[in-house]
Amino acid sequence: MALLKNLLAGLRSLLQKARVEREMDEELGEFLDAAVKEKMREGMSREQALRAARIEMGGVEAVKEQVRAASWESRIETVWSDLRFGARLLRLNPVFAGAAILSLALGIGANTAIFQLLDAVRLRTLPVRNAQEIARVAIDHRNGASGNFSTRYPDLTFAMWEQIRAQQQGFSGVFAWAPNPFNIAPGGEVHNVQGLWVSGEFFSTLGVEPVLGRLLGPEDDQPGCGSPGATISYSFWQREYGGERSVLGRTLTVNRHPLPIIGVTPADFYGVEVGRYFDVAVPLCAEPMITGEDSRLKSRSGWWLSVMGRLRPGWSVDRAATQLRAISPGLFEATLPPEFNPGNAKHFLQYKLGAFPADSGLSDLRRDYEKPLWLLLALAGLVLLIASANLANLMLARASAREKEMAMRMAVGASRGRLIRQLLVESLLLAGIGAALGALLARSLSHVLVASLSTQHDPLFVELGTDWRVLGFTTALAVLTCILFGLAPALRATSVAPGLALKESGRGTTQGRSPFALRRILVVSQIALSFTLLVGALLFSRSLNNLAGLDAGFRQSGILVTDIDFTTLNLSNEGRIAFANDLLRRVRAIPGTDAAAIAEIVPLSGNGINHDILLGVTGEPEGDAPVATFNRVSPGFFETLQTRLLGGRDFDEHDAAKSPNVAIVNETFAKKFAKGANPVGMKFRVRTLGTVSTPYDVIGLVKDTKYGELREDFQPIVYTAIAQFDHPDTDAQILMRSNAPLLNLMSEVKSTANEVNPNMDISFFTFHKMIEDGLLRDRLMARLSGFFGVLAVLLAVIGLYGVISYMVARRRNEIAIRVALGAGRESIVKLVLGEAGALLGVGLVIGTMLALAGGKAAASMLFGLKPWDVATFAMALLLLALVAVAASLLPAARAARSDPMAALRQE
Amino acid sequence: MTNKAGISDKASGLVQGTLDMLILKTLELQPMHGYGIAMRIEQISKGVFQVNPGSLFPAFRRLERAGWLASEWRETENNRRAKYYALTGLGRKQLKGETREWARQAAAIARILEAES
Repeated sequence: MALLKNLLAGLRSLLQKARVEREMDEELGEFLDAAVKEKMREGMSREQALRAARIEMGGVEAVKEQVRAASWESRIETVWSDLRFGARLLRLNPVFAGAAILSLALGIGANTAIFQLLDAVRLRTLPVRNAQEIARVAIDHRNGASGNFSTRYPDLTFAMWEQIRAQQQGFSGVFAWAPNPFNIAPGGEVHNVQGLWVSGEFFSTLGVEPVLGRLLGPEDDQPGCGSPGATISYSFWQREYGGERSVLGRTLTVNRHPLPIIGVTPADFYGVEVGRYFDVAVPLCAEPMITGEDSRLKSRSGWWLSVMGRLRPGWSVDRAATQLRAISPGLFEATLPPEFNPGNAKHFLQYKLGAFPADSGLSDLRRDYEKPLWLLLALAGLVLLIASANLANLMLARASAREKEMAMRMAVGASRGRLIRQLLVESLLLAGIGAALGALLARSLSHVLVASLSTQHDPLFVELGTDWRVLGFTTALAVLTCILFGLAPALRATSVAPGLALKESGRGTTQGRSPFALRRILVVSQIALSFTLLVGALLFSRSLNNLAGLDAGFRQSGILVTDIDFTTLNLSNEGRIAFANDLLRRVRAIPGTDAAAIAEIVPLSGNGINHDILLGVTGEPEGDAPVATFNRVSPGFFETLQTRLLGGRDFDEHDAAKSPNVAIVNETFAKKFAKGANPVGMKFRVRTLGTVSTPYDVIGLVKDTKYGELREDFQPIVYTAIAQFDHPDTDAQILMRSNAPLLNLMSEVKSTANEVNPNMDISFFTFHKMIEDGLLRDRLMARLSGFFGVLAVLLAVIGLYGVISYMVARRRNEIAIRVALGAGRESIVKLVLGEAGALLGVGLVIGTMLALAGGKAAASMLFGLKPWDVATFAMALLLLALVAVAASLLPAARAARSDPMAALRQE
Repeated sequence: MTNKAGISDKASGLVQGTLDMLILKTLELQPMHGYGIAMRIEQISKGVFQVNPGSLFPAFRRLERAGWLASEWRETENNRRAKYYALTGLGRKQLKGETREWARQAAAIARILEAES
């Protein structure tokens, strides 16, 4: 009660300051008046009484100050007045304030944005009830796995999932799921959305409640379910159906199969994959119906599922893992794919299941970007350090300029602590404004970051909320920078002896060695850090250049990839080949098409096939056989991608289903399997799991090309004729080379396909864009490190310029005397540049060591160069030295031009 | 701060709590204004305590904030406006407690001093 009253009274005097002050004046006036009257009654004259009363009272202002100090609100007022004073000083010096705030905002903004992303993909837990109970079930150290791998998390097969569900004990619930793009267009051009296959336990185990309708449950996921329901996400509901409640019971076409919508998940539920989202969830049992003949449900060598569960109360991840390990031998015995050869089976039967914490979900984004993000955070942290050093330098300069003010205030009685507090409040003001702007900046920066990682085929979703971790991080940054750049100048500024400072009429006294030494140290560290950043920037941009300029063995631009899916036509195997060939013929006839071909695998798309190679025409090795990668292509593939044929011939229309198997191999294959001799004419067989093919004749040799990704070494590739494949696909992936505008080409292809049959699904992408998207991470690193590098050099150069200018001003007399005694202009310039050169030299030496030490962290992200690349270091050195010399030439020239008489006269 | 001859609050080591108690005691009978309180303390203590405005007014602010004093503006005897302070119920309770405590301590100190002499 009393506390509340105190609070209210304090607030009142804060809000009605004028009135409270007036009352205090009046009260004190009354007191004085009464005292005077009393003294006059005792016989003093009016003057005497007034004088005596005033002496008794002391200073009215002092009394008022004491009264104010008796209440808590006065402390707020002191800080407030300090803030106002600080703000006034900043307003008086807008260039300083602007530069300081801008550099802080950029530094803090960049750090916060990167941290926010890290927080989202690394630190936050899944948005489900008791996320710490969620664990992932997978094979511990799965080596030498064979089979068909699809989806982003091909941990297990469906057979294994059924066994795990039946035998596990550590989880109160387990579920299986897999991400999968679903085409929701009823026909024509494909419209893919983010889909999920989920087992019936998915939503109930995670503890997700519907916002509308009901969610998929075990009753929806029964073997052989005909046309089950689909659950859609909140964002999909809003996006596609405008959030209408009538969405329930409406049908959604998934890969041309109508599914009724039965419910909507809550807005904050994005699935169990951080960095992704889902639009539609469909029960696992519908997979055979929707996927068709490529269904993975019944295939024991089809790896496509991820299994997760919620731990039973009292069970730890370790205990659950132990139980899973115990059931492993029987489980893998029971799920052994019958098509495996003894080598495959040996690996398979040794597998052990394990359990792994999954409270923060799964994320390939995290896997790919966690390390780059930490590295970027470190780089951004360095930028902030440089910015702080720069500010400290500026503050020190201001401290020398303000030392008379400080001396005066100390002389009239301000305590040192009070002055330090006031200077720190000024720094805090800068840091606070910088951090606030930085936090604003971070919001857009992190969205830009996420957007730059998203591609059309691979959209990302990162929940970029500002949680306590992000807020704490930003606040800590602000306080840290404030102390970094504010404390030393504050201590320095208040350490002067007032008498001394006031006596020195001409210039200040902070000209002793030590503050200047501090400024030098700051500049040296700025140069060292910015050199490190510059090296990093150059390393990443050169690495990107290496990747982009790499000869992948094929042409990258001007190639359109069209996928025409004719599953709905229900063609026989022979019919499919003929149909695809007919499509290809028509596409080749489109005006502007220079070449076209069909390929099973588009290079660098990330898809791949590999099989064992058995040399010769008979015999089979006991254990593992050497492996090669495969692609099935039509005639004209090499011409389309402009891959050089080095020997033999391309496929032609005579290489058909009934004719002998033929293959074209690349140089690496020749090196590996023909010991460098011309492979044309050699024979080999292909072993797919347990099946061995009839022999292939090598009819051609082509130049090496990259297969899976640009970074890999060339792999042995076998090209087979797509017309000879005995399980032809129900789609044709056609690559076209053309100089015609893309949009025209696409509409031509569409109308061509429609002429054949309007009931097909068509999708497009360009080869070049796909390759570019594959370099996303490298581009991100190059861009951001480049940005940080430029920023760092800029800040360091400003710092160097400031210190050299200050040095010149400080040594004005010395320089004047030298000139007066006959020193030439160039010797003065040399003197100044020598000073700058010394700072630069020391900074570069330290910077080189830092860059060498830090380079290790970047090593795995670089392509085609080592982190200690000499040319890169030399480039950074030259660049930094150039700008540094340019920055010091200005003050040097000023010093050389100065009129010695003017300088000396001023003394 | 200037000190008159005699003993000012500072010189006599008048600790904060003591001044607070004296003010409360002075106001026990009737509401008074600042100067009146100062005079009354001086008179009753026979000049031993001379209360300086620099201590008196902060004490008023403190006691008011603690809820022991209430203040209002009133006309003085010679038709001027002055701020009168009065004890609140809480203040009365506080005074009682402090008086008792003071008596206890004073008695104890007296006993010690007597024992030593």
